[in-house]
Order: sequence, then structure tokens, then C-alpha cells
Amino acid sequence: MQETLSGHSDTLSFKLALKALRPALMLFVILTIITGVIYPLVTTVVGQWWMPFQANGSLIEKGGIVVGSSFIGQNFTEAKYFWSRPSATGPYSYNAAASSGANQGPLNPALADAIKIRIAALREADTDNKLPIPVDLVTASASGLDPHISPAAAQYQLTRVAKARGLSAESIQQMIDNHTESRQLSILGEPRVNVLQLNLALDSMVQP
Amino acid sequence: MLSNMVVQVGLFFITLLVLTKPMGLWLSAVMHGECKFINKVGGPVERAIYRLIGTSPEGEMGWRQYAVAVMIFNVVGAIFIYFLQRWQLNLPLNPQQFPAVSVDSSINTAISFVTNTNWQGYAGEATMSYLTQMLGLTVQNFLSAATGIAVLFALIRGFARHTSKTIGNFWVDATRSTLYVLLPLSFLLAVALIGQGVIQNFDAYQEVTTINPTSYITKDAAGKDITQTTNTQTIAMGPVASQEAIKMLGTNGGGFFNANSAHPFENPTPLSNFLEMLAIFLIPAGLCFAFGKMVGDKRQGWTIFSAMFIIFIVMVAATLWAEQSGNPVLTANGADQTAVVTESGFALQSGGNMEGKETRFGIVSSALFATITTAASCGAVNAMHDSLTPIGGLVTMWQMQLGEVVFGGVGSGLYTMLIYAVLAVFIAGLMIGRTPEYLGKKIETYEMQMTALIILVTPLLVLIGTALAVSVADGVVGIANPGAHGFSEVLYALSSAANNNGSAFAGLSANTPFYNSLLAVAMFFGRFGIIIPVLAIAGSMAAKKRIPVSVGTMPTHGPLFVILLIGAVILVGALTYIPALALGPVVEQLQMLNI
Repeated sequence: MQETLSGHSDTLSFKLALKALRPALMLFVILTIITGVIYPLVTTVVGQWWMPFQANGSLIEKGGIVVGSSFIGQNFTEAKYFWSRPSATGPYSYNAAASSGANQGPLNPALADAIKIRIAALREADTDNKLPIPVDLVTASASGLDPHISPAAAQYQLTRVAKARGLSAESIQQMIDNHTESRQLSILGEPRVNVLQLNLALDSMVQP
Repeated sequence: MLSNMVVQVGLFFITLLVLTKPMGLWLSAVMHGECKFINKVGGPVERAIYRLIGTSPEGEMGWRQYAVAVMIFNVVGAIFIYFLQRWQLNLPLNPQQFPAVSVDSSINTAISFVTNTNWQGYAGEATMSYLTQMLGLTVQNFLSAATGIAVLFALIRGFARHTSKTIGNFWVDATRSTLYVLLPLSFLLAVALIGQGVIQNFDAYQEVTTINPTSYITKDAAGKDITQTTNTQTIAMGPVASQEAIKMLGTNGGGFFNANSAHPFENPTPLSNFLEMLAIFLIPAGLCFAFGKMVGDKRQGWTIFSAMFIIFIVMVAATLWAEQSGNPVLTANGADQTAVVTESGFALQSGGNMEGKETRFGIVSSALFATITTAASCGAVNAMHDSLTPIGGLVTMWQMQLGEVVFGGVGSGLYTMLIYAVLAVFIAGLMIGRTPEYLGKKIETYEMQMTALIILVTPLLVLIGTALAVSVADGVVGIANPGAHGFSEVLYALSSAANNNGSAFAGLSANTPFYNSLLAVAMFFGRFGIIIPVLAIAGSMAAKKRIPVSVGTMPTHGPLFVILLIGAVILVGALTYIPALALGPVVEQLQMLNI
């Protein structure tokens, strides 16, 4: 036994390799067809037949045109809209064909500078607001496409949106509450507010 | 906040514990053709495959033949993916008309996916056609995982058999693990993920009209800054769910999109996140049980499982604590990082270090995911590891450096852990002055030589590779963050590649000829430099006689051996890597304490 373990020669290796070539090629072709063609196609057929809405991106239509996806965040800059989290996608924020995080290390001076600028912009847009600024509202998300903000981040923006729209704080609060999702199964993840859906709902509110 | 943290993490642990035994029973039954139902349904398919490839399930291989089969099969796979990427423009299913991937990136990606690393130097949604994703990357997600399972079963047979010249048939092991384990689980998970919102289609990217136009600064043809405004958003599409499922189950980790499992279309909800985390650990945990069953002593499997589980709990606790404690820089600049909960128990914000994390996952689901993905050799990420706190970065990096033995990659985690068990037995044998034995087999010079080789190969690749990268201009130029963190980016990249993880401190610009080549070398030798000596040990163990248990036999089950095993893993990992870690995350943590 010791001989076969250590006393091997190059010709033996070569013979073994030659012998393995045909099964390797054939098995590769067969398993490629099964896992690379049949499996994704069957999954697509099942998904398209059973859950076409989700399989096609959970797209939201408004007045016949597609305005976005429930799962993909968008950039909002006008005062009357709730703003999403900072996004690091290039060349512009919330580019859904180029997902990316900022990848700034915790002590990178560029991170501190970015936080300062974002906080200043929020304070300037709503000078009387003295609430603490929620961390998620001034930090870049992992995907650059985060569709959500925390309930605290929505709360912070309430007065600005109410003022810009000339609506009462209570009616905006009501909208936030309607669009707040709890933890899934009461346990998983975090409570959150879908920014695009909230803004679309605000736009379709009947003006008093 | 704390209570939800405990409940979320506890739910994960309990679900994993509950599923370990059924998964293990399934694995050991189907891999040995002992499941009647599977034999009836899959038997004809299996026999047809064996006829086509010209093998018979009874025709077993010696370890050298097995190793040659593994190598040839993987080399064929790598060559195929290389050309698929190079020719993708002229092939179908390329709605975005992506051009051929560069030579160095194609080589890197081919080796990356074949070695179960799934390091990604490229951005998926801007580089790879749908055909490349499914026919190349999805396929290797299956086959590299199947290779890992096959090699593990060969090693287990080495322990379980005696005076045998063979350790199994690679073609049979690869076929069965693909058809009966990976494929059905992937299909179920893919459908569940679609239900949560993961996409699965072959459409071109969707143009949607946004309600608030976005202005941005870009350069015109003359290189001057100009402001542009767009009110369209282009949303990437593709057959994502099918790839996502096997990406997690096979501990592969190569995302369809650049942002990986942080992308809402890969991981849209907290529930999809939970399923993905579970999928990473499911097969590695089950394999522990299968191991115990196959060597005829289930306690052996549970002992290994316990050692892994204990290390894991400590690592999770450290990451959770660090990420929830947050980054003092954020507070100093005016951001509120406290976890705010209303009186009725409703969490208004998770607080903590939210840079590089998604709101729906918050701190708990992100920190747990980060720990799982680096404990296993998965490397999928749902948060940007480059933005983790220094301790979070340290834990994730160190877990990879330990050889990913905490559940680890499918197959690879357990076969590496079994090598550590051999080492633990050897060290204990030295201490008490007896010939070391493991599972009734004497551990002798040849096995210890191979064990030493396995334990040395990845540190060599990681440390020499890092030293090289930080010494040459081509390496330094890729670093994104200043200071100690920049060093961590390089150390993380090499640790990830050599241990076949695939996650990254992604600020590092690694899609360059230098990093593509360096990391390809690390991935290749980090994978096969271990598989071949593991198979050599399998062959030598299988050939040995079994010695009966006597009063002098040191038991390799029970709490004492769990401690010994943990000790061996931590000792080797600490001695090897503390100097390098001291230059990166440790320095960074000390700097952070001064803020």
C-alpha cells in the first residue's frame, strides 16, 4: 500500500488523467445542461406562472406608466417628498443598474465630512426642527438602492413635508403610519417605511 | 432592542439545530444510495448518466485517481467559464449587449467560481450577460459545492473504512450531491425567494419614470463639469432567484448584482434574509451529523458540531456588540446612533453603525449575516464589510483566516475541521505520551506531514500575498481607505481569496491585472493545495487497520475533546495571524478609542 501512496511516477499520473478526461467532459456537459439550463428555465416558468408580479420586479404603475419598483429606492430632493437614504451609486444616486455601497471605513475622514454635509442639508431644509438626526438618514446604504428609511427617519422629516405641502402634521403622521412595516413575523429585521410608496401616496392625497 | 436581538439570533440557532439531523440523515442516505424513494425516482437518470460518462457506481477509485478526477473536472469547468465570458457578446441572452470580459478578469472569475470562492472583481449587472450568469456562474455554484461534498465524503470513508484501497467514486459523489442535495433544495429556495420579491426573468433592463428628477454632476467630452438631470431609472433584471438559491446553499456567495445580498432584488425582505442565512449553514451543519453516522458513532459528529457552534456564538456576540455600539465618529458629527424604542416596544430605529447597511436588516440581521458568511466560506454579503467597525472587521477576517472551519464551506468546512481534529489528537498524544489515534486509526508521520501542509498553505498565501501587495505600486494603488483600514482591505482580500470565501472590503479596486492575477493564484492553491493532501490522508487512513478501543484510547467525543479542538483551531489561527491583524483592525480599534 505504501508503494501506491508514495511510489508514483509521472506516467501513472498521465494515464490516470487521460482516463478521467472523458468522464470529466461528459459529466460536465450533462450537469451543465441540468443545472445551467433546465434548472433556471424551470424556475423561471414556475415564477412567471405562479408569481409574475414578484418575478418581474414588483413594478409600480401610476396612470399607465411604470414609476418604479416597490423594492428599489429612488432619489428624492424636493422638500415636499420624504428623502431616501444617501446612495453611493454612480454616476448619480439610486442608479438601479449599478448597485454599490460607499465602502468608507469607520475612521475615513471622507465619511465624517459626508456626514457633516448631509446633516447640514437636513437642518437647513427644516431650520426649526430640533429632533435628533437618525443615523440611517445620513449614512449610505449597502446597495445604494435601499427602498426604506427607519420610522425615526420618517418622523424627523414630518414637519418639513407638512410645511411644504401645507398639510397638517396629523395627516402626514397618518400617512407615515399607514406605510410603516413592522418586523416580519414580528421578529425578523427592523421596522421600516417604504419611501417611494409613501411619496406616491402623498402625491395622490386629495388636497384639502 | 436587546430582547429582539436575542430572539432573532435565538430563532436562527434553534432552526439550525432542528434541521441539522434531518439534513444529515438525508445527506448520508442519498450519497450512499440508501434512500428507496430517491433510488426509484433518480435511479434511471443516474444510471443513464453513468452509462454516458462510462463509469459504474461500483468502480471505486484510489485516492490518487480520485484527486486526478477532481482536478480534471474542475479544470474543464474553469476553461468553459473563461471562454463563455470572452465570447458572451456573440452568444444569446445578452440584452444589454455587454462586451467580452477582459482576459485577466475572466481568468480570475473562472478560478474564483470553480474554487467555490466567488470573489468578484466585476460588477455583475454591468458586466455579465444572462447566459454567462446561468450557464457559467450558476453551474459552477453547483459543481464547486458538489466537489466540496465529494471530497468530504472521500475523507469520511477514509476514516470509516479499514484496509481498503479505495475511497469512493468521484463521478458518483459529484452526481449524487448535485442531483439529490443541491438541486432540489435550490429549487425550493428559489421559489420561496421569488415569493419574497427576488426577480426571475430574462427581460432587458426596465426603464421607469421617476417622480422626482435627479440632478448630478458629470464630465462632458472636454472634461468639464456639467450638471445633468434625469427622470428615468434603469432597473437591472435577470434570472436572479435561481442563482441566488444555489449561491447560498453551496456557500458560494457570488452575487448576481454588485451589491450582492444587500441588493433588494437578491434579498428583498427580512424573511428572505433569514432563509438565505439558514441556507448557508444548512448543509455544512447536516454534514457534521452525516459524518457521525458514517463513522458509526454519532457523538463524533455532535462533538465537531459543538466545537463549531461554540466558536460561532462567541464570534456573533462580538460582531453584534461592536456594530450596535456604533462608530463614535458618527455621533461626534451629530448623528443619533441610539436604538430608539417606543414605550409599546416598537423600534423607531435600530441605531448603531448603519453605514453600509440596509434599513430592513438593521444591525442584528446584518451582523448575524456577516458572521455567518465568513464562518462558512460563503462570502455573500448583505452589508458592506468595508464599513464594519474595527471589531466587526476583525471577526469577519479572522474567521476566514481560521480556515473557515466554523461550519465552513459545504464539504470544505468539515474536511478542514477534521484535519484540525487530527492535529488536536496529535497534540494531545504528545502531551500524554501515547501514539495518537483518531476514530480507531493511528495517526502517523505521513498524516502529520499532510496535516502540516494543509495548515501552512493558506497562511503562506495570505501573508506573502499581502506583503507583496502592500510593497508594490500596483497593489497600493487599489487601496481606497487611508491608514490602517487600507492595510485591512488588502489583508482581507488575500484572506478571502486563499480561504475561498469571496467577500471583500470592497473599497479595494481589485479589478486590475495585478489583483486579478494575485488573487487567482491565492484562490487556486488555497483550494486545491488543501483538497489534494486531504485526499492523500483519506487514502492513507482507508488503508490502515482499525485498532480496537482500549483503556489507553483518548476519547474524541465529549466536552474535553470539544475544548481541545477549539484550542487547536484558535491556537493555530492566533499564532499565525495576530501580527498581521495588529497592523490592521487592532490599530484601527485603538484609534477609535481615542475619539
